[in-house]
Amino acid sequence: MPETTFEVTAPKSENTELAVYEHPWPVRFCHWVNSIALLVLVGSGFEIFRAFPSFGAKIPQKDLLHWPKAFALGGWLGGGLQWHLTFMWIYIATGLFYFCYQLFSGNYRQVLFTAGDIRGVWPMVHYYFFFGPKPEPRHVYNPLQKLAYSSVLVLGVLSVLSGLAIWKPVQFSWLAWPMGGFHYARIWHFAVMWAILFFLLGHLIMVVLHGWNNFMSMLTGWKKNPEYVAR
Amino acid sequence: MTKAIDSRRFNSTTRRELLKLTPVLALGAFAIPKLQQPLLKAGLGFSDWASKLLFRRNHLAPTFSDSEVAPFTTFPINDYDVDDPGVDLEAWNLTVSGAVQKPGEYTLAQIQALPKIRQNTRHVCVEGWDVIGRFGGTRLSDFLKSIDADLNSRFIYVECADDYYESIDMATALHPQTLLCYEMYDRPLTREHGAPLRLTIPTKIGYKQAKYLTDLKVTNVLPRVGYWEDQGYSSFYGL
Repeated sequence: MPETTFEVTAPKSENTELAVYEHPWPVRFCHWVNSIALLVLVGSGFEIFRAFPSFGAKIPQKDLLHWPKAFALGGWLGGGLQWHLTFMWIYIATGLFYFCYQLFSGNYRQVLFTAGDIRGVWPMVHYYFFFGPKPEPRHVYNPLQKLAYSSVLVLGVLSVLSGLAIWKPVQFSWLAWPMGGFHYARIWHFAVMWAILFFLLGHLIMVVLHGWNNFMSMLTGWKKNPEYVAR
Repeated sequence: MTKAIDSRRFNSTTRRELLKLTPVLALGAFAIPKLQQPLLKAGLGFSDWASKLLFRRNHLAPTFSDSEVAPFTTFPINDYDVDDPGVDLEAWNLTVSGAVQKPGEYTLAQIQALPKIRQNTRHVCVEGWDVIGRFGGTRLSDFLKSIDADLNSRFIYVECADDYYESIDMATALHPQTLLCYEMYDRPLTREHGAPLRLTIPTKIGYKQAKYLTDLKVTNVLPRVGYWEDQGYSSFYGL
């Protein structure tokens, strides 16, 4: 285990608490910057989508859904594009910084879903959704968590690639090819966004369920009394 | 490895770790009304700068077979103002000015005397739709050479019969697929599609491909960039 563990003693007391350093600052920094960037990109993305809420031809136009203006950012198409084309650089920059940091620090082992984690997925699903017994927590992330986090990282990469395929269909014409062509890249971009939002929903539910110490760990790096450390 | 520590020291450790995240607050600048527009303008400018770097002079936009071309009736008509600005097609000519050796008025016949290019290319609208169409015309680069334009100038600026105006960078103007377009689907341009002359630029977004051209200027300075650009759209918007 790479993390550092402290045994914290309160003054004038014998009580001790364990605290584990789970998230180095680059991970926390990227987490929060990208959270903000993601919200801006989703909001402005909907503003852009509102200009042509369809994935078919312009003539005849068949609208898919009318997204309410209240849940869009930018006020008009040009405004939405300004936010989108600004925050995409922040999103890409923190993404690259995150991947480089994880790779070179070796910290990726904490989050990367590997073949060894496959066996542990079903027991967690069984526990969360089918009232199964609770598997013994052994690491910072359980196998299902690793699967979710690794998947959303892949989705993050896909959101950038599909976005580039839409933004630069001439210079990056090869990018759209595996997505079925330029026209389909826009559908991919939209679908990937919904997949990320689906992850976000599950993520937020879990954050609420796991309480304050868990939440604070993404701010300070330190988690008090994590359940995977035996006392 | 477990280290014993008292809670005071632990709290100062966590506080220090929390303070490491203060740079995140810099994003709050986007929420300050006075800073928001300048920051977004800078972001859009950065995107344009990156777009210019990504543009390759000889990289061609994808072209398509005749069977992939959308029927003419489904090629959308988009205007900021009117479908038909009432151009007198008989009396029309293109007024050329700026950094050229041969300024003046050019008739459609003079433009059509230059080599004719036909291409099936994709027209991408900033709104989000796209359509594959068939376009015919003369290369803007051929026209610029025929009027002895200074090809080291930075921009081509055009004005239109419907008061629309646009500009493109010289690199894009000289791209082999950038056309002074006078035909769509092997027929003369209809009025809704910009008769008698429009720009077709497969390496640019739709709003840069101005219709109903009346004036063309070769220049290093742009008093205005374009109708939509001056309202906040991307100035370069290369695809």
